Amino acid sequence: MHIARNWRVKRQRYSLQGELCHHCGSHVFPPRDVCPECARPAYDPFRLSGLGEVYSHTTVYEAPAGFQEQAPYSLALIRLHEGPLLTAQLTDVDPKEVRIGMPVEMVTRKLSVEGDEGLIQYGYKFRPRLLAQAA
Amino acid sequence: MRDVIITGIGQTPVGELWDKSLRHLGHDAVVAAMQDAGIEQADALYVGNMLSGELSGQEHLATLIADFVGLRGIEAAKIEAACASGAAAVRAGIMAVASGMADVVIAAGVEKMTDTLPEDTTAGLALAADQEYEVAEGATFLALNAMLMQRYMHEYGVAKRDFAPFPVNAHANAQGNPNAMFRMAISAEKYERAPLVAPPINVMDSSPICDGAAAVVLVSGERASAFGQGKRGVRVAATAAATDTLAVHDRRDPLWLEAAYLSSRRAFAQAGLSPDDIDLFELHDAFSIMSVLALEACGFAERGRGVELGASGAITLGGRLPITTMGGLKARGHPVGATGVYQIVEIVQQLRGEAGANQLAHAHVGMAQNIGGSGATILTHILAGA
Repeated sequence: MHIARNWRVKRQRYSLQGELCHHCGSHVFPPRDVCPECARPAYDPFRLSGLGEVYSHTTVYEAPAGFQEQAPYSLALIRLHEGPLLTAQLTDVDPKEVRIGMPVEMVTRKLSVEGDEGLIQYGYKFRPRLLAQAA
Repeated sequence: MRDVIITGIGQTPVGELWDKSLRHLGHDAVVAAMQDAGIEQADALYVGNMLSGELSGQEHLATLIADFVGLRGIEAAKIEAACASGAAAVRAGIMAVASGMADVVIAAGVEKMTDTLPEDTTAGLALAADQEYEVAEGATFLALNAMLMQRYMHEYGVAKRDFAPFPVNAHANAQGNPNAMFRMAISAEKYERAPLVAPPINVMDSSPICDGAAAVVLVSGERASAFGQGKRGVRVAATAAATDTLAVHDRRDPLWLEAAYLSSRRAFAQAGLSPDDIDLFELHDAFSIMSVLALEACGFAERGRGVELGASGAITLGGRLPITTMGGLKARGHPVGATGVYQIVEIVQQLRGEAGANQLAHAHVGMAQNIGGSGATILTHILAGA
C-alpha cells in the first residue's frame, strides 16, 4: 500500500499534468523536469488536452496481480496531440475494434485494486473520441 | 587494461527445477565452472540476479552463494540490471580482472521463477518497467513487446508469419542442447496456430518462465598462461553497456533499440571488428520482435528488414549469421538474471568446439547481447578463440 507514492502523482493521474519546456517549446509527459528534447530544465506545469491517437495496442490476457479482475483489457501507446507518447488502457471499446491511428480521448477510471483492504487506484484511460471534431 | 580469459564454464539445466533452491542452483553452476577451470579459490564472486528478493524473499544473494560453495572470505556482490543482470555480472568481473584489482573472478547468474504463482512472477518481472507510468496502467513485458511488434508490422508491412523462422530456429537448436528447457522442434505451421497471449504475440513468440544458473571463471591473461589453459581459454575481445529510457513511451522512436546500437558499436570499436566478422550471435530473443529489432540496431540488417535474415535461413546453424545456437531464450529458456551468463557459456562452448550436435563449422568470434527491460539496459560482449 503506497499511499504517498500514489498521492505524489495525483495531478498526472487525474488531469494529465505534464510540463512545458520554455527553452524549446516541447511538451513533456510524464513529467521529468529535464526536457527530453533539449536537455534543459522544464519545470513549468502544463495540462495536456487528453486528445490523441493510438500509436500501437495489444490485449492483456495474463494480467499482473491487481489487474486480474479487469482482464482481458486493451493496452495502448497513445500519441497525444501535444507530442508525448504515453502508456494507458483503452476503455469503452471492443479490443477487436482497436486500430492504429484511432482517435481517442482521456477519461478517469479505476486502474487497479490492492485486494480487500488495499488502495483502489484511479487514473487516466482512453476511449474512442466521442466528439469527432473536438480537436 | 589486461587481457581477460574465460577459463571455466558451468551451467545447470534450465526448466521448472522444483527440487533446487536458489542456493543450490548457484552452487551447481559455480562449482561446475570452478572444476572446468581447475581452480579452488577466487578473488571475487559477482552474481547476476533480478528477482531473489521479490520471489524468494532472499537478498544478499552473492554472499549466500559464496558461503554455500565454500568460498567464504572472498568479495561477493549481487548485480541487478533486470534481465541483463547476468551480462552485467560478467562485465563487472571482466572490469575487475582487466583493471588489475583481481586475478580470478567468478561471474554467475542465478534465477528462481517457478516457486511463485504466474501472476506474481509476471508482476515481479514488471518491476523492471516504469512503475508509475507503465506498470500502474496495467502494462506487462509481454504487453510492451506486443505493442512494439504490432507497430513494427504496421510500419513495415510485415506479416505475423514472417517472424516464424526465429522461434523455429531456436527450437531446432534446442534439440541439440542437453540443458535446454524445450528440446523439441516446432514448425512454421505450429507457430501460426499457437494461441495468442498478447496479440500479435503468441505462445511461440515468448520465452518461458523458468529456473537456472550459469557461471564463468574469468582470469587475467598471465594467470591463464600459468594455468596451462591456453588452448581452451576464450578471450574477451569486448565488453560494452548502454542505456535508454526506462519506459518504451519515452523513446523518440520505440522501434529503434538505441542501447543495442550504442553497446554494439562500442563493442565493435573495442574489438576492432565489424558485424561481418561475427561468426555467431547469441541475441536476446525474449520475444521474437526483440530478435528482429536487435539485428537491425546492431547493423546486421537494415531497418524494417530484420525478418529477412529469418526468411533467408541466415540465422540457422548452417547460415551466414547463426543466432541462438543452443536454443536461445525461447527454447533453452530465460531464467532472467542467469540468461546473460548462459549466452556467454554457450559462445565459449562453440569457440572451444564443445557444442556437440550444434557445433558450428566456423566459430572463431562470437557476440552475445543481453537486454534488460524493454531495451533500457543492453550489454554486448564479443569473445574470440584464444
